[in-house]
Amino acid sequence: MKAPTLKKDLFVMLIFSAVILTMPFWLEPLGAGYPDLLQKFAIFGIFAVGYNILFGLTGYLSFGHAAFLGVGSYTAVWSFKLFTMNVLPAIVLSVLVAGLFAAIIGFISLRRSGIYFSILTLAFAQMSYNLAYSVLTPITNGETGLQLAKSDHRIIDRLFSEAGEGLPSTTFFGLEMSGYSGFYFCAVLLIIAFFISQRIFHSPFGIKLQAIKSNQTRMKYTGYNTRPYLLSAFVISGMYAGLAGALMATTDPLAGAERMQWTASGEVVLMTILGGVGTLIGPMLGVGIIKYFENIFSAMNEQALHQIFAFMPDWLADIVVAITSPFVGEGWHLTLGALFMIIVIFLPGGIMEGIERIKKLFSRKTEKPVQQAEDNATS
Amino acid sequence: MSNIILKIDNVQKSFGGLKALSDLHLEVEEGKVHAIIGPNGAGKSTMLNVCIGRLAPDSGTVTFNGQDMIGKEPHEINQAGISRVFQTPEIFSDLSVLQNVMIPALAKREGAFKFNMFRSLSNETEVNDDALHVLEDIGLIDQIDVHAGSMSRGDKRRLELAMCLVQHPKLLLLDEPTAGMARHDTNRTIDLLKRIKERGMTKVIIEHDMHVVFSVADHISVLAQGTIIASGTPDEIRGNPKVQEAYLGGAHL
Ligand SMILES: Nc1ncnc2c1ncn2[C@@H]1O[C@H](COP(=O)(O)OP(=O)(O)OP(=O)(O)O)[C@@H](O)[C@H]1O
Ligand SMILES: [Mg+2]
Repeated sequence: MKAPTLKKDLFVMLIFSAVILTMPFWLEPLGAGYPDLLQKFAIFGIFAVGYNILFGLTGYLSFGHAAFLGVGSYTAVWSFKLFTMNVLPAIVLSVLVAGLFAAIIGFISLRRSGIYFSILTLAFAQMSYNLAYSVLTPITNGETGLQLAKSDHRIIDRLFSEAGEGLPSTTFFGLEMSGYSGFYFCAVLLIIAFFISQRIFHSPFGIKLQAIKSNQTRMKYTGYNTRPYLLSAFVISGMYAGLAGALMATTDPLAGAERMQWTASGEVVLMTILGGVGTLIGPMLGVGIIKYFENIFSAMNEQALHQIFAFMPDWLADIVVAITSPFVGEGWHLTLGALFMIIVIFLPGGIMEGIERIKKLFSRKTEKPVQQAEDNATS
Repeated sequence: MSNIILKIDNVQKSFGGLKALSDLHLEVEEGKVHAIIGPNGAGKSTMLNVCIGRLAPDSGTVTFNGQDMIGKEPHEINQAGISRVFQTPEIFSDLSVLQNVMIPALAKREGAFKFNMFRSLSNETEVNDDALHVLEDIGLIDQIDVHAGSMSRGDKRRLELAMCLVQHPKLLLLDEPTAGMARHDTNRTIDLLKRIKERGMTKVIIEHDMHVVFSVADHISVLAQGTIIASGTPDEIRGNPKVQEAYLGGAHL
């Protein structure tokens, strides 16, 4: 539990970067090496890593972070429409606007803690969702979603060139944001986001957030004004969500209100808990597993199941397919729910706890011979 | 006459119909160990709660170091120089022993809020040294990496004391610091309290154990039914018939 040294942190960063950047290669054999899915991994990774700074460190469970995701997406698309197809201004603006939203919502929600805090955040997110469909349609374009149009101004782009035929695509100074280059762009941002999260975890600021989670009363009588600490964590995680939202719009320049729905907020909670709340790597693992299985299971149907179970006698295969089919395709959420229940009941610390347990098991095995040697020596 | 560091004047506090504190007056001299004794439910903890801003009194004033403390936030009161050991230990159960002590040390150095997310905790060598020093003093140095939540009750109390001492408060409030401790640990705590007494830290100590009270106190006040019924040196209190009757019930001192 000692604070890791900078050297060790950098070593972890190096490995993390290598693993992320080589994803297209090692995910290929698993059938997940294509850009669309890889981008999803990276974008939801940013979302979850940021969410973990709030939930993992302070223990404040927000059910409204999808609102910041949505705000990030809308801001990015507006930046594409008004200024330029270059993603840099879009990203910077999205992070700032999402941060501002988080500051306002956080300021109000953090007047309460526990379940009341969660309900306040949920209420705010649902409010944003409904506003996006009603009063704010001039900004959000309602149910159709905000899209690029030929009539967009793009004032910065117009300074350099005439509007071309058809709709332009997003770029990072000429680098296309679709396909593998799009993935690598998101991956680099994920690595930066992870690095910042690691610094926060191991800083005095981060340890104080953990202390607030552990015993907020003690913190107050120890001389800390806990509110600004909590608000900072809330705003930082909101900015991460804004970044993730911007990247969604970057890879596909479209923003809809469904991104703000409570199910989207719930998803990031699931990912974080599944991987391991309050651990650095856990949320990334949660994202990987959920997005990977979503991809496989939601694409399956009864026919595919019959093929998988073809090796069984027909009557048995029919039974197995009948049992498993509600869990695939549209029913993927059923699988997710079951998986989540199993984890929470048997491994409340998520996958990271599982890994810790296995590690302990092995270290005990390796310790034993030493113990025996000592016993022999004394006898 | 030396300086009065803490002055409680005419404080009243009721919970519903129950008068927990009525017309409470108390003066604590700087540098002294001031013990508060009294039967269960006398209002001793309530008095400390008023001092640290956990409870607002119905009326009356609390003056610390010349400053009015009523209406201040708990963290402001701590930053002004008051630390407290609670009756049931308030520690960071999920953190290590060393981290538990580093956090109050950081509060002392950095104040109520500091946004330093890019510093490394492992580079905070001064805070680290402060914490180790106090843990050495209190006898927890061989447990620095232990998960605080897994410690024994007595060790948790000592840890909480270390968390207060590392802040070098002007005034230390102790609510039964030896309750639930084995005799051996109680004696260690008495030794420690005597040692830190020499450093001139003012202490208010609530204690049921008369052995502890008469070993460390310079001054004793007796609280019964929300008000001070007697105050004086240990010898004066020992011989006070009113005290014998109201609190000690004729028990042998
Ligand atoms: N927050 C509260 N709400 C309601 N009643 C309270 C509260 N705190 C204390 N009391 C009541 O006020 C009275 C004084 O309590 P207090 O805890 O100050 O006693 P004490 O002298 O510390 O006793 P002990 O020696 O048992 O710790 C008790 O009757 C208690 O039940
Ligand atoms: Mg008490």
